[in-house]
Amino acid sequence: MSTVGAAPGPSYIGVSYTLRSWLTTHDHKRIGLLYVASITFFFFIAAVAAAIMRLELVTPAGDLLEADTYNKLFTVHGVVMVWFFLIPSIPATFGNFLLPLMIGARDVAFPRLNLASWYVYSLGGLFVIITLIAGGVDTGWTFYTPYTTMFSNTHVVAAISGVFIVGFSSIFTGLNFIVTIHCMRAPGLSWFRLPLFVWAQYATSLVMVLATPVLAMTLGLVAIERLLQVGIFDPALGGDPLLFQHLFWFYSHPAVYIMVLPAMGVVSEVIACFARRPVFGYRFMVYSLLGIAVVVFTVLGHHMFVGCQSMYSGMVFSLLSFLVAIPSSIKVFNWTATLYRGSVSFEAPMLYALGFIALFMMGGITGIWLAALAADVHLTDTYFVVAHFHYIMVGGAVMAYFSAIHFWWPKITGRLYPEAWARFAAVVMFVGFNLTFFPQYVAGFLGMPRRYHAYPPEYEVLNILSSAGAAVLAVAYVLPLIYLGWSLLRGPLAGRNPWAATGLEWQTASPPPRENFSHPPRVNGPPYAYETERGDGP
Amino acid sequence: MSDLAGYLPEASTMAGRIDALLLALTVVSVLVVGGIMALIAWFAFRYRRGSPAVRGPAPRRSRTLETVWITVPLLVFLIIFVWAAVLYRELRSPPQDALAINVVAKQWMWKVQHPGGQREINELHVPVGRPVKLVMTSQDVIHSFFVPAFRVKQDVLPERYTTLWFEPSRAGEYPLLCAEYCGSGHSRMTGRVVVMAPQAYESWLARNPGAGSLAHQGEEVFRRRGCSGCHGESATVHAPRLAGIYGRRVPLEDGDMVMVDARYIRDSILLPASEVAAGYPPIMPSYQGQLGEEEILALVAYIRSLADQQEDAP
Repeated sequence: MSTVGAAPGPSYIGVSYTLRSWLTTHDHKRIGLLYVASITFFFFIAAVAAAIMRLELVTPAGDLLEADTYNKLFTVHGVVMVWFFLIPSIPATFGNFLLPLMIGARDVAFPRLNLASWYVYSLGGLFVIITLIAGGVDTGWTFYTPYTTMFSNTHVVAAISGVFIVGFSSIFTGLNFIVTIHCMRAPGLSWFRLPLFVWAQYATSLVMVLATPVLAMTLGLVAIERLLQVGIFDPALGGDPLLFQHLFWFYSHPAVYIMVLPAMGVVSEVIACFARRPVFGYRFMVYSLLGIAVVVFTVLGHHMFVGCQSMYSGMVFSLLSFLVAIPSSIKVFNWTATLYRGSVSFEAPMLYALGFIALFMMGGITGIWLAALAADVHLTDTYFVVAHFHYIMVGGAVMAYFSAIHFWWPKITGRLYPEAWARFAAVVMFVGFNLTFFPQYVAGFLGMPRRYHAYPPEYEVLNILSSAGAAVLAVAYVLPLIYLGWSLLRGPLAGRNPWAATGLEWQTASPPPRENFSHPPRVNGPPYAYETERGDGP
Repeated sequence: MSDLAGYLPEASTMAGRIDALLLALTVVSVLVVGGIMALIAWFAFRYRRGSPAVRGPAPRRSRTLETVWITVPLLVFLIIFVWAAVLYRELRSPPQDALAINVVAKQWMWKVQHPGGQREINELHVPVGRPVKLVMTSQDVIHSFFVPAFRVKQDVLPERYTTLWFEPSRAGEYPLLCAEYCGSGHSRMTGRVVVMAPQAYESWLARNPGAGSLAHQGEEVFRRRGCSGCHGESATVHAPRLAGIYGRRVPLEDGDMVMVDARYIRDSILLPASEVAAGYPPIMPSYQGQLGEEEILALVAYIRSLADQQEDAP
């Protein structure tokens, strides 16, 4: 790839320091950081809810909280973590910041729409905060009917309005990214020269644009049934509760991959950089990203094996769920093979990325257990499922998010973070995570149902372990706030490419100027040119 | 497989077979995750920066390798899929001779009706060594009937019947849990299944007589609620006679055939205009909101008993 001349003028941060300049910015980099601030805020709200729940679960009796309070806590934890942290986590922050840089563009295709998506997100967030202040909502993040439409006495409509609204910010972001990737690639940057992070954003955006409208419609119907007593999902009014489950999971299973596909993109960049090797099997990595984005729309029924779904639909959905595991396993094998004959170093982003692979694998393989029909009958709706999806979403997506924070921190802020502290935090996070969630696999295997405010005493030891792990995990989440805050003020200057990484984003200044590149870059070769001996394409 | 260190007994005929599947999944998972993690650790160590390992050019792709690691997992997955699907099919197919017991779930309790008229709340007494089929419905939201010791679980939905079956293989008391979140009392919606030796079960039944058998209770409802005015032996209204229809296929006005089972009887009582029997005017009023789920189940038992009598007759 060609190098780009020094960028004159102030960085995107130095353009203006006023609050107004941030709130009216059209700069994709600043919008990315607005998202960082918002999702960090919501992450800690949801994390506090989880911490209180883990405290309650230290003892089998429901002695700390009322049952209703506990139910509201797990609902707010799920709603906020899923829609206000995990879904936007990597796409809206790093996707926004990096996508134009990685494809050599000046900005995204629709900068105003991009800013609008942040405001839409904030409006949705406002609804959630209003819901919390008004007294919360107790339906669970899954909003199952008829409980949600007819039986809950909490602020259901306010909460689903928040989720309904925030969905549009996903749709805007997805649309923006698809158009940007199609239309704004630098000269020479053909599709199969794109970094895998960009491909991952592309696949994610497709899922966002196709799935989110279905969620919006479904929640709209829930609100109509609840407010106007029109029978849609409540059988007492002539509706069908299974219909809700099908519609809800048509969005919400793909939503898992809205969280995980971008994480896979991050990990591909990081592994290649710290192994000093091109990603093994680049094309298979691309095909598997796109394959996941397609197959994931066909597995919704695996949430209803003990529902009222017919036996034969259960079998079809089971088979399709096994198939969606194939592209994911290709990715794990290819990351492993990328290390072969590399020159591997273990800076914090790499530790987080390796942690991602381990935890994603454990989350993924237990997904096989849950896809297996007769095993699912015993395991579904227990803590086994809770552990499974936390391994994917927290062990997977959140570890990758932290990997991305550390990897691109020098690019975003222009400063280096303290490496020793960061490595320490990565190890603490890995240990704390496993201590929190591994016992939940065991508890679920032994039959402990999820969403229990009080539980039979035989599960006590496992729950104490899990709560202890949550305390360790809390430390691991607070540590980066401290040392990254220090780095922001005192960290040594990073220079444009501290990791000696390939990729266009490393060829411009850190932090980049408003217009990203002083001269439009040209691309002459494949990504991940870490090996000089052989110049063949991927 | 043993009893999982005493934590999770295998108390049904299916439990051991499902545990074999779970054990296989455990072994595959440990081998796969352990194997790949070991390989990652080995590569990370051997090719750590500054190590003397030979680097040289390495392949950037390998069709053979990639084909292998697509087909091998696929084959393993297919084996697991078929194995689990076969077991699932058995779990969803209750034996014909199963002892039918009704379960009505409501926020936040399990109500049980035995065919002999016995009633229980949050307890279910069953005999060992005999298949039991539960016909379940909910009065309000979705619940889920979960007995970990039997490795069975089934959602219980309002306004429809779902079934679940198991054959207890060992006497004892086993926790019964609600597995689908159902509101404030979800974690209190628990109980126990008491599995008894056949003689003990018989004497338990005898010690706890209900107000006559469930069919008898249904007959009471049949008279009290005026069903007999049209469907009774001496009625003059042109309404279907109910003797002998249970378990048969009958023609509908629109030309379809329908199996007369619990679902059809329930829908005919609550939504009589939806599936009208051929040759009869659609004059039956709906009993929506007038009959409880337990009364409807009693009526079903009564209509079923009429068919059984028919079969017994010469």
